[in-house]
Amino acid sequence: MGISPIAAYQRLITGAFGSTRYLSYCIVYATPLIFTGLAVAFSFRTGVFNIGAEGQFVVGSMAACVVGILVPAPSIVLIPLCFLVAALAGALWGVIVGFLKTRFGINEVLSMIMFNWIAFYLSNYIADLDIIHSTGSAEATKNVADAAMILLPKGLIDGLSLAPKANWGIFLAIIATVIVYVVINKTTTGYELKAVGFNRSAAEYGGINVNRSILLALAISGALAGIGGATQLLGQGGRISIFTAQENFGFQGISVALIGASNPVGVFFAGLFYGALKYGGTKLNLIQAPSEVIDIITGTVVFFIAISHIFRIRVRKGGRQHG
Amino acid sequence: MAGRHVDMDHIAVEMRNIVKKFGDFVANDGINLTVHRGEIHAILGENGAGKSTLMNQLYGMYTPTSGEILIDGKPTVIDSPKTAIHAGIGMVHQHFMLVQPFTITENIVLGMEPVNGIKLDMKRARESVMEISQRYQLAIDPDARIEDISVSMQQRVEILKALYRGAQTLILDEPTASLTPQEIVELIDIMHNLTADGKSIILITHKLKEIKAAADFCTIIRLGKYIATVNVADVTEGELASMMVGRNVNFQVEKPPKEPGEVVLEVKDLHGVDYRGVEILKGLSLTVRRGEILGIAGIDGNGQTEMVEIITGLRKATQGQVLVNGVDVCNRPPRVGFDHGVSSIPADRQKHGLILEFSVAENLILQNFREPEFSHRGILNKAAIQAHAEAAVAKYDIRPKDCALHPAGTLSGGNQQKVIIAREVGNDKDLLIAVNPTRGLDVGAIEYVHKYLVEQRNKGKAVLLVSFELDEILNLSDRIDTIYGGRIVGSMLGDEADENTLGLMMAGGKKA
Repeated sequence: MGISPIAAYQRLITGAFGSTRYLSYCIVYATPLIFTGLAVAFSFRTGVFNIGAEGQFVVGSMAACVVGILVPAPSIVLIPLCFLVAALAGALWGVIVGFLKTRFGINEVLSMIMFNWIAFYLSNYIADLDIIHSTGSAEATKNVADAAMILLPKGLIDGLSLAPKANWGIFLAIIATVIVYVVINKTTTGYELKAVGFNRSAAEYGGINVNRSILLALAISGALAGIGGATQLLGQGGRISIFTAQENFGFQGISVALIGASNPVGVFFAGLFYGALKYGGTKLNLIQAPSEVIDIITGTVVFFIAISHIFRIRVRKGGRQHG
Repeated sequence: MAGRHVDMDHIAVEMRNIVKKFGDFVANDGINLTVHRGEIHAILGENGAGKSTLMNQLYGMYTPTSGEILIDGKPTVIDSPKTAIHAGIGMVHQHFMLVQPFTITENIVLGMEPVNGIKLDMKRARESVMEISQRYQLAIDPDARIEDISVSMQQRVEILKALYRGAQTLILDEPTASLTPQEIVELIDIMHNLTADGKSIILITHKLKEIKAAADFCTIIRLGKYIATVNVADVTEGELASMMVGRNVNFQVEKPPKEPGEVVLEVKDLHGVDYRGVEILKGLSLTVRRGEILGIAGIDGNGQTEMVEIITGLRKATQGQVLVNGVDVCNRPPRVGFDHGVSSIPADRQKHGLILEFSVAENLILQNFREPEFSHRGILNKAAIQAHAEAAVAKYDIRPKDCALHPAGTLSGGNQQKVIIAREVGNDKDLLIAVNPTRGLDVGAIEYVHKYLVEQRNKGKAVLLVSFELDEILNLSDRIDTIYGGRIVGSMLGDEADENTLGLMMAGGKKA
């Protein structure tokens, strides 16, 4: 295509890190991905593959949207309420799939993919209800109350010349990262969930209630994705458009979890990395380079990380022979 | 019997001064091995002594750090299983590598299929398989699917697979680990048929009895070092054992007489089905009292596995009662039995006993992580958990000595079993169930496991021992119940039992 790759990378890097404004954009792009990445990573650690973060993200976002539109309350009540219902909606979406798995033995990957589409159309259905739908001509919901928004103070944004939609979400992401880290590594709940994830039979033999653990893992994972959805809504546009295609926050969360090796701290930085690529990628158009290059870069990164896992497994197997 | 086919003038395989290092760890430290044509050569060593590493070098899975391999007197570099096969080496792994939905013929010719143009010539494949099978008297049904045949039959298929590839020297890795006593006898016959035809066999094992029964020569390896090569006819089992572990081994378990006390476990009229839904337990009843070891003798597949799964809460019974200290725990989750006094050493230590990715310390608290000793308000007390593990590692001599925070999967089989024993004995419950507790372990570790079972009995616990090793049952049990067809068909005192009577009952004959 006749575009210098060096120029493209330069554009990518200056586009992402060239100013505080660009940097804050990267963080804004990264925030929802950190949440879905944590959701997927948490499920990986407990032996379930949460490919349903996509749907959980969507229902969380919509739940927060409905509350943000319909409930008149001051910020101090409204914001926590929005996040709470988003977490509950995401958790519910995860638990339904978990119930189908533990009660009827339905493979969670299949039902999650279906629930992603159910969430998709449910969101469009709700957005189309008279009480929710925008009164103007936009194919979207009304805006949530200003009291529900989590944007940084105007003075701070202008003072540091940040992105106009810079928001508190990243601080929530940091808190979530710490909580997930503690739950996985320091608590009896994390112990139980990991035991089930590594070896279901031994966990059952040891007296752990396996089905309960799977439900709990999916509830927590779903709640994280749901909160991610609320962050995106309340920190960005404040309304949800009628979807024509899946937004892929959940699926990108899978890549983020893989890049972060399912370690919460790793996921946090992987989310920032992915966010920077996503935002920097939007700048590539400016030099007529296709922004799909970003998909190639992330695909390559994920590919090499997956390969490194295979090598690690091989090395460990070789090591076990003489153990 | 031994030595009848050995051609001392023809050396089939020679390994000279083999050294294999993994980083700083020396797995093989100057090992020599000479195998003649027509010889059955045993390689004896404890778990982790370096037997498998040595054989994996002969089969091309690893290349030696230094040393030389000679095949039929010619120095040969074996850098992959393919070159090994080409050099006439075949290996039957402990865990079979067969394609379950394929037929026996398809498995044997896999990768070396006779072709007719571009078409697979199944008829010719079948003929050559039948021909080898007849030549070595390895009877098989060439059209049966692997998933439908028994473990010993699958082993035959593995042997045939190696022979089909032109193996002159066969490596058998722990071939008897999953066989019944009768099948072991058959396997030894097969090995003799092969050597009569000029094949050589390298037998990796730690079962002394089989070495005496089958092998001509035996090379002993200890901690990666070459100890000796002996003529099997010249040594006793005891001598072999002490060469292997480097000290004298006590086969006879010290067991002071003890009056059994009150009943701890009472199983009444138990009925249950196996994984296919076929009734496999047909009214089984038994009792175990304090201060006694009840041994369950029986051939695999007569319901003992399902019985233990029901007692430990992993399987539902269709009818019957399981009373532990008077409380019926039948069809309740494992936790309920545990709370009423059931602890157990499961048959499959990697599937049920341990979480291999967890550290030794984490495995040791599997049932107890919610106890105040190890956690407070849902937060694990890592320091206490580690201290607990270090104490257990020292007390139960789990090796390596600094393994408390290592993943359990990095330990050898014997040490994994020690972790389970440390946990289950440490739980200090009234009933200890042990299923094949010494399967795959070497004599040193076996002695150790037996010591702990007897110690529990001496402390007034009830012990239920289920084992396919008749010697183990006879050595340890105060009473022996024989299981056949899902029922207890005979009961006798440990002192009065003998192998023949038990063997007859196990096979479904009536008590004499």
